[in-house]
Amino acid sequence: MSRFPPDSIGLVTPRREAFSEPLQLACGKSLAQFELVYETYGELNANGSNAVLICHALSGHHHAAGFHREDERKPGWWDACIGPGKAIDTNRFFVVSLNNLGGCHGSTGPSSIDPATGKSYGAHFPVLTVEDWVNSQALLADRLGIDCWAAVVGGSLGGMQALQWAISYPDRIRHCLAIATAPKLSAQNIAFNEVARQAIINDPDFHNGDYAAFGVIPKRGLMLARMVGHITYLSDDSMGEKFGRELRTDVLNYDFTSVEFQVESYLRYQGQEFSERFDANTYLLMTKALDYFDPAGAHGGNLADSLAPIKARCMVMSFTTDWRFSPARSRELVDALLAAGKQVSYLEIEAAQGHDAFLLPIPRYVQAFQAYMTQIEVA
Amino acid sequence: MSMRADLEIIQEWIKPGSRLLDLGCGDGELLRYLYDHRKVTGYGLEIDPEKINACIERGVNVLEQNLDTGLSNFGDNSFDSVLMTQALQAVHYPDQVLEEMLRIGREAILTFPNFAHWRCRLYLGTRGRMPVSEFMPYTWYNTPNIHFCTFKDFEELCRERSIRILDRLVVDQSHRSTWLSGLWPNLLGEIAIYRVTR
Repeated sequence: MSRFPPDSIGLVTPRREAFSEPLQLACGKSLAQFELVYETYGELNANGSNAVLICHALSGHHHAAGFHREDERKPGWWDACIGPGKAIDTNRFFVVSLNNLGGCHGSTGPSSIDPATGKSYGAHFPVLTVEDWVNSQALLADRLGIDCWAAVVGGSLGGMQALQWAISYPDRIRHCLAIATAPKLSAQNIAFNEVARQAIINDPDFHNGDYAAFGVIPKRGLMLARMVGHITYLSDDSMGEKFGRELRTDVLNYDFTSVEFQVESYLRYQGQEFSERFDANTYLLMTKALDYFDPAGAHGGNLADSLAPIKARCMVMSFTTDWRFSPARSRELVDALLAAGKQVSYLEIEAAQGHDAFLLPIPRYVQAFQAYMTQIEVA
Repeated sequence: MSMRADLEIIQEWIKPGSRLLDLGCGDGELLRYLYDHRKVTGYGLEIDPEKINACIERGVNVLEQNLDTGLSNFGDNSFDSVLMTQALQAVHYPDQVLEEMLRIGREAILTFPNFAHWRCRLYLGTRGRMPVSEFMPYTWYNTPNIHFCTFKDFEELCRERSIRILDRLVVDQSHRSTWLSGLWPNLLGEIAIYRVTR
């Protein structure tokens, strides 16, 4: 008898594809060979019309649903929305979720060994863009025999990839679900990323990105980067509700080192935990990909023009208290899709949880998500 | 299929293959019908989460957007027709919405209830209170219908703003058009369906 809930996909095993054809990158360099780690849930149907690609966000990875082990404490990061009978119903869809190139969960990235030197890439790993990721994902689709995705789905940085798919490969995607995302980052948003990068780069253990050679990791920098990021993923309301000004101690210590407020303890814990499982170079790379994403850039700033190739129907969702990727940014995308005459639906979901809302089982969100996925035809 | 009677009439006014914006599209029934039978493309605006969900289930392009926050996100002449059924009386600035509909679309199709219908007049005249009926079931303090008007009022507004009335169909509650409502529309007509343009 399995201990997993009935709407869980259950035990899943990551798989790996190796690519030996060089991948040309936006930065001008190319990767001679690379590997992608991914998971699949459900079965691909006979004509391959039920495949759904999940694109992950900044700190995400391939493990989006189910469990790796019987005793694994937490399921995959989007288990709330992927599984039998869930919004992305694995009884209907064949779901593919990968760890992006440059990641630190198994796909080729800065901590992988560079075959040219026999040492880890470290600082020499090329800076990647959302377009590069989408190109690498298209190669994975080829390998899996998927000519056209029923849907490409992502939140935040993942939503940018979904959108880029619709632009780059209009004939290989029928539906684009871009959730809690933006057509480009604002100056404020880039600023947050820059603070995170400076925290990492200025950690004495960073060693210009080649920390692996020194047998250390820039833990303090990564922790600080995550703490800043984490604040922006929550809303003022949700933080207030979760922590308020609650103290861990009965009295104030009148010093700068004690952990007094609950919110301090929470942030330190989150930062600490993150710094032990995430790679600093990958974090830098992911934030740069976010900053660089700007499909309108190549069209003189005209977003509608950049969306012209899109054939997919688009579903855009935002959350009212998300200030990192605010509803206004989603509306910007929707308006450009309208101006370009594209098929689009837009939902602005009332939610107190800020940017994190896209990962949570908020009833209206999940209901709309499910309704959208249900009307997608799979032959 | 059995469609709401006013929608049945409106769909005949929509040219095949046209681009349509439906303000307050409800459950998306009309748009779905027009996609399937008139090769129409277009979007619906709605704010009720359940109705939005119904649109999504039907595969209708629905945008969660409140008419009262404006329609500035739509370009000039970007639609052939802009439609609004039974919502003119519920928006904050009906005249501005009408202007916007004609900026965005080549023509606008509107339906709204007639406050000068004899039943309203009788209710107000004899009881001295705001009319409440099965058809308009709200009391004055909780009604979403904050800008009731009469057919005459609407036509006066159109005249003032140089808006041309292309078609007008006056019907009763069950959307039947009778010779009587044709004779004295502002007294006997309960709902009007207008097609207007600049």
